Amino acid sequence: MEQSIALSKSAALQEPRIIRYLLTFIALAFLAFFIVLPLVSIFVTAFQKGVEVYFAAITHPDALAAIKLTLIVVAIAVPLNAIFGVMAAWALTKFNFKGKNLLLTIVDLPFAVSPVIAGLIFILLFGSQGLFGDWLFAHDIKIVFALPGIVLATIFVTLPFVARELIPLMQTQGTSEEEASISLGASGFKTFWYVTLPNIKWGLFYGLILCNARAIGEFGAVSVVSGHIRGMTNTMPLHIEILYNEYQFSAAFAVASLMSVMAILTLIIKDIIAWKSKSV
Amino acid sequence: MSIHIHNVSKKYGSFQALEDISVDIQSGELVALLGPSGSGKTSLLRVIAGLESSDVGEILFDGQSMTERHPKERNVGFVFQHYALFRHMTVFDNVAYGLKVRPRKTRPSKQDIKTKVMELLQLVKLENFANRYPTQLSGGQRQRVALARALAVEPKVLLLDEPFGALDAKVRKELRRWLRKLHDEFHITSIFVTHDQEEALDVADRIVVMNNGKIEQIGSPDEVYTNPKSPFVYDFLGNVNLFKGRLANGKLMHGEFALDVPDSHTHTDDNAIGYVRPHDIHIEKTNMPGTVPAKISHIHLLGPIVQIELRREDLDEFLEAELTKEQFFQLQLTIGDQVYIKPKQLKVFIPEDYSI
Repeated sequence: MEQSIALSKSAALQEPRIIRYLLTFIALAFLAFFIVLPLVSIFVTAFQKGVEVYFAAITHPDALAAIKLTLIVVAIAVPLNAIFGVMAAWALTKFNFKGKNLLLTIVDLPFAVSPVIAGLIFILLFGSQGLFGDWLFAHDIKIVFALPGIVLATIFVTLPFVARELIPLMQTQGTSEEEASISLGASGFKTFWYVTLPNIKWGLFYGLILCNARAIGEFGAVSVVSGHIRGMTNTMPLHIEILYNEYQFSAAFAVASLMSVMAILTLIIKDIIAWKSKSV
Repeated sequence: MSIHIHNVSKKYGSFQALEDISVDIQSGELVALLGPSGSGKTSLLRVIAGLESSDVGEILFDGQSMTERHPKERNVGFVFQHYALFRHMTVFDNVAYGLKVRPRKTRPSKQDIKTKVMELLQLVKLENFANRYPTQLSGGQRQRVALARALAVEPKVLLLDEPFGALDAKVRKELRRWLRKLHDEFHITSIFVTHDQEEALDVADRIVVMNNGKIEQIGSPDEVYTNPKSPFVYDFLGNVNLFKGRLANGKLMHGEFALDVPDSHTHTDDNAIGYVRPHDIHIEKTNMPGTVPAKISHIHLLGPIVQIELRREDLDEFLEAELTKEQFFQLQLTIGDQVYIKPKQLKVFIPEDYSI
């Protein structure tokens, strides 16, 4: 009885078979053309001139320097964003204060601003003609066209990832568990450590993974502030662009393939986390 | 521990949640805060716990001011409406939490914590559920975990926010009797919030009836039920029939009724409303002096009691009466019968504004 009702209902709610197959085919064809094909072509082009050229390209000192720089930037920017993101989400969801909506908007700002403009902001602030330019020059501090500038630009661009991931999560969780913790005599820090953090850990990881992917791949903002000094201030995306502009296609695609592998790994980790967080 | 609430007021924006609340609660009492939603009862409970601060007024525990104290220093056990169990912790860890987070100096040893938690789980009959997670428990079980967790820190005061609100009727009744027993064993001063008058009447030593952020009446369950101080309390604590009439010469005139008003404080020709509980309506089959005729329009058999809807012949108004099953069968009533009714007792309030 129950089953027959369920069956008739599902039949009524389903499209004819032809339409279902057609829609699936269109979706798959679209994905194949726009995502799978380019990805495959990266690897094909990378290995076009042989494995030796491939390894020569990714072990070239400039390439290694670019990889190292990228990893350093990620190692600084991602943890800082984790701290900021958790603090911002905590403040925005667990407390009521004036200017809350303004802060919420500011957290989103980097999503709205073009990365190139984000880069330019730091040139205008710290460049030689910039607001703090003279002071920085007098004290011999280099920010623009050096590591600090690249890190700043990356932090700016990836700022919303962690906070955006946590705010809806913490909003649905509410504050009653924190209140329970405090009424049981726990301090603010213990409440955060034992109650809030375990509840948001999967969301936090997820945000960090997205933040990490963007930090590795960021081009626009970093391009403006880096100065493109080979072996010094080139991150991986910038290195690829230079190689490409010099018609070293195989080398460019070799480094690009490395980045693609990183991206795919990130996605796999992201899926594992999403699956884990659902099962807990 | 005795609790003194002294002239407490609180506003949320322009909404007056609490207005000049003063209550004294004796040590070891079980007090119900009763009122409709939005009456300020939960706000008051949260102010006592320190989860919310009052704009004006003072909270004293045993004569000591708690107003400036952080909730974690108040030694209060709070049971939340939806339990607020830590969802990533087992039942055991939930109950142990309050002991585990103590500063090292006052923290019991691991073994002591374990003994204490198992004791509490036994008390709430959940010793076999220690390793379950909150999502694997029923509502009643979660409620008991929340209670055990609150009791683990040996609070001087136990505050419960709608403790049985989310449970089905049978479990609710069981749990509230159990809470009463627990309270009698532990002698913790307890305050619970409820919107269910039956629950308050059943369990509490005293009831604080609240409405619109103000206290309407404080008294024992019997006092507030049989001698309500205001129309609101009368209305909120059970069903009621309204006799809207005039007061003249110590009598309430309403249709053909001329009812003696016991403590009539006025002889003037005033508008007044008589309040009569359904079980205080007397039904006769023969015409007696002081009764009015009415017709039975509906009969609802609700287990041991029988609800009868009547239409008064003199005023064309509807009334509700309640009889025991025994009385009902003695009178042999059926729908459409002509009967004669009079109120056994009534309470008269003179409305401040007769626009109701």
